[in-house]
Amino acid sequence: MTSTIVPLGTYRNETPYPFCPGCGHGTILDHLNGALVDLCLDPAQVVIVTDIGCAGLSDQYFATSAFHGLHGRSLTYATGIKLARPELHVIVVMGDGGTGIGGAHFLTAARRNIGLTLLVFNNFNFGMTGGQHSTTTPTGSVTSTTPGGNPERPLDICATAAVNGAAYVYRGTSFDDDLSVRIAEAIVTPGFAVLDIWELCTAYFVPSNKFGKRSLEATQRDMGLATGVIERRSVADYAAAVREGAASVGSGELEQQVEPMFAPGVDRPVRIVVAGSAGGKVQSAVRLAGEAAIACGLHATQRNDYPVTVKTGHSVAELIIGPDPIDYTGIDRPDALVILSTDGLRKAAAYLPRMDPADRVFLAPQVPAVATAATVEVIDPATLGLRVARTDLALTLLVVALERLAAIPAAALEEAARAGPSHTVTNLNAIEQGRRLAGV
Amino acid sequence: MTARVFTDGSRAIVRGALDAGCTFFAGYPITPASPILMMMMRELPARGGVAVQGEDEIASIGMCIGATMAGARAMTATSGPGISLYSENIGLAVMGEVPLVIVDVQRLGPATGGATTVGQGDVQFVRWGTGGGFPIIALAPSTVPECYSLTMRAFDLAERFRVPVFVVTDKELNLTLRSVDAAALEPQPVRARATRTGLEGPPYRYEPPGDVPPLGRFGDEVVRFTGSTHDEEALITKAPATVGALNRHLAAKIDDHRDEIELCTGDRQGGARTLVISYGITAGAVRDAVRDLRSDGIAVSSLVVHSLWPVPETAIAGALDGVERVVVPELNLGQYRREIERLAGGCEVVGVNRVDGELISPALVREAVA
Repeated sequence: MTSTIVPLGTYRNETPYPFCPGCGHGTILDHLNGALVDLCLDPAQVVIVTDIGCAGLSDQYFATSAFHGLHGRSLTYATGIKLARPELHVIVVMGDGGTGIGGAHFLTAARRNIGLTLLVFNNFNFGMTGGQHSTTTPTGSVTSTTPGGNPERPLDICATAAVNGAAYVYRGTSFDDDLSVRIAEAIVTPGFAVLDIWELCTAYFVPSNKFGKRSLEATQRDMGLATGVIERRSVADYAAAVREGAASVGSGELEQQVEPMFAPGVDRPVRIVVAGSAGGKVQSAVRLAGEAAIACGLHATQRNDYPVTVKTGHSVAELIIGPDPIDYTGIDRPDALVILSTDGLRKAAAYLPRMDPADRVFLAPQVPAVATAATVEVIDPATLGLRVARTDLALTLLVVALERLAAIPAAALEEAARAGPSHTVTNLNAIEQGRRLAGV
Repeated sequence: MTARVFTDGSRAIVRGALDAGCTFFAGYPITPASPILMMMMRELPARGGVAVQGEDEIASIGMCIGATMAGARAMTATSGPGISLYSENIGLAVMGEVPLVIVDVQRLGPATGGATTVGQGDVQFVRWGTGGGFPIIALAPSTVPECYSLTMRAFDLAERFRVPVFVVTDKELNLTLRSVDAAALEPQPVRARATRTGLEGPPYRYEPPGDVPPLGRFGDEVVRFTGSTHDEEALITKAPATVGALNRHLAAKIDDHRDEIELCTGDRQGGARTLVISYGITAGAVRDAVRDLRSDGIAVSSLVVHSLWPVPETAIAGALDGVERVVVPELNLGQYRREIERLAGGCEVVGVNRVDGELISPALVREAVA
C-alpha cells in the first residue's frame, strides 16, 4: 500500500512539548521537524524510534510512525525495522544514557552501517530519574551520583562512531542554527548517521554545575573535541548487503530422505555406544550407521555427548536401532561398547560394570585393558597389516561391531556413505577396512 | 516400508518455521540452540527472508520485535541464559502485543550450568520470566514431529493473540537424531497476519477485553507503538481506567480463549488408579514405561502436556477422574508438579526428578508407578 505524499507544513501533532523551561529537547525536535518538512517524507514511511528518559517521550509529538521501547535498546528495534523494510526512514532519538546501557548496540550499528539516523540528546545526565551521571558526564562534574565530582572519563560518542565506520558523524549543540540541515543530511545518508547534540538539562545539570549555553562550547573546546560534520563516508547499505550476501549462499539440505532397501538385521532394539576422542569422527561414523539402519527399514536414534570444547576431550555417540519407534533415547546398558581412546574409556567406564557376558566390548589396540563381565575383543588392524587413520577408526571398528552383532550389513553402510554429502571415498575405505577386520 | 529421515528437533523447528511463513530470524550463538541460528542464516535468505546474528541476545529479540512491527513474522532461539537476557523484551512484546516465536532449547542450569547437558529447568521461568506477571503461551514438543507441528502452531497462536509464544524444548530433543517417517511431519494451519483495512480504528483495543485487533504495519500507515502503559492510540497514559483496561485486556485475550490454546495427548487406561503427567523429552521415557507396565498387567494412564502455559486445566481435570495417584517426572526439582498439585484435589502427587544432566529412564518411571 503506497500513498501519495502530500507535503506537510509540519510533522508535529498538536500535543505541546512537556519539557522543562530552558531544556534543549524541544529545540532539537523543532529542528527534526524542520528536516522532515524539507525532505517532504511520507509520515507513514518515517518511524521515530525513541529510547527512554525525557528524550524518549519525543515520538509522541510527531504525526509520523513511532516506536517507543526499552532503555538502551532503541537501536535494536530500529535495526529490525530497517532490515524488514529498508525503504523506511528510521530515526532514533536517544539520551546520553542510551549510549551507556546500549553501548554494544551503538558500536554494532556503527560497524554494520545500518541505515539509521541516531540523534543523541546529550545533556550529560539522567534528567528524568534525578540527575544521575551518565557515560557522557564531563570529568569532575557534580551530579546526584557523583557528589564529589565525576571521576570517570566521558565517552566520545563521535570518535567512537567514526572509528567504527559510521557514515555520517556530527557534533553540535541545540543552539546550532543549521541543525535541521544536518539532520536532513543524516536522514538521506546511506549507512549509520550519528548526531551528538549537546544541550542543557535545566532541572539538574545546569544548577549543579553552574552550566550554561557558553559552557557547552567551552567544554567541547577544553576537551579538544571536534565539532560540526566530523565524518562523511560513502558506504554500502547494510540492509541491502544482508539480503544480497546471504541469498547468494542458497538453501542447504535440512535432512536427507532414506529409502528402505536392505533387509532388517534385527528384530529387537540393539544399543551401541561408541566412545572416542573429539576430532575422531565418532559422531559422523555413528550417523552413517543410523542412516544405514534406516536403509534396513529400522528405526534409529543417535544421542551425542561431548564437552564444551571442540577439538579436545571425549566424544561419545549412543546408537539405538530397532524395528519399532524408539521413545527413550538413553542407553543404560549397551549391547555393544566400542572404545577408541583413553578419552573414550573415561566416559564409557560407567557402562562396563552394568554389562554381562552376552554384551560385547570392542577395544582399539591403544586402549588399556578393561574390567567387565562383557566379552571383550581387541580389534587391532596391525594383525592384518592394515593401517587405519585415527579419523577412520570409529567407522572401521563400528563396522566390526555391527557385523559381530549381525545388526547392520556393511553393504548398508556403504550405501549410506555413497548417499552422504561428503567424505565418500574416505568412508568407503574405512568401511572396507572394517569388513576385512570382521572377516566379511 | 516408508522412507524416513534421520533428523532432530533443531531441523524440525527450522522446517516448521519456514513452513509457517517465518520471514525474520535473529539470534545469538548459544549451545544447544546454535544449530537453529546456523540453519536459519542459510535457509531464510534463500527464501527471501532476513536472518541476522545479533550482537547479543538483547539485540536479537529487539530486532525481532522491530521487524515484526514492520510486517515480518519473526522467530528467535536461545537457551536458558539467553532467556535471561530476553526477559525485558519479552515484557515489551507482551505490552506492545507483538506476535513472536521464541524457542528455548533448555540446558541444565542455573547460570552457565551444563551447556551440553539436558534440563527442563526453565518451565516456570518462561511463565514468569518478565516483570508484571502476565499470561504467556508456551508449547512443549515431546517428539521431533511435534517440534515441527508445534513450531507452526506457535506462529499461528502468536498471530491469533498478538503475543510472544514460547516453544520449549531441550538439548536432547533438539540434538538427538531420530528416524522419522517422512510423512510424519504434519503441517499445521497457520493463519495469515490479519491486515488492517483502516476501519478497525486504533491498533490497540481493550473492550471487549478478549478481543485482538489486527496489527498495524510501519510503512503502510502511521502506526504508533509503545511499551509504556498506553491508551488505544498508543499514547502514554496513567489514567487508571485506561491502564486497568489495558492490563486486563493483556490477560483476558489469553484467559478467555484457553480452549484455543490448551493442548494435551491423553492415553487413558480404564481402571487405572495412577496417572503419569509429563511433557517434553521426559514424555518419551513415559511412553516407553507405560507400554512395559501395561504388558506386565499394571494399569496406568498417561497425559502428555503440550501447552505448558496456559496450564491445560480442563484436560488435566478430566484425566484426574478416578485417579488416586499422579506421577510427574521432570528434569527439574518439581516445577510443573506445583501446577498439578493445585489441581489434584485429594490425589497423591509424586515427582520423579533429576537435575544431574542425565535423562529420566523408563525404569525410574516404572518404579514410581508400580
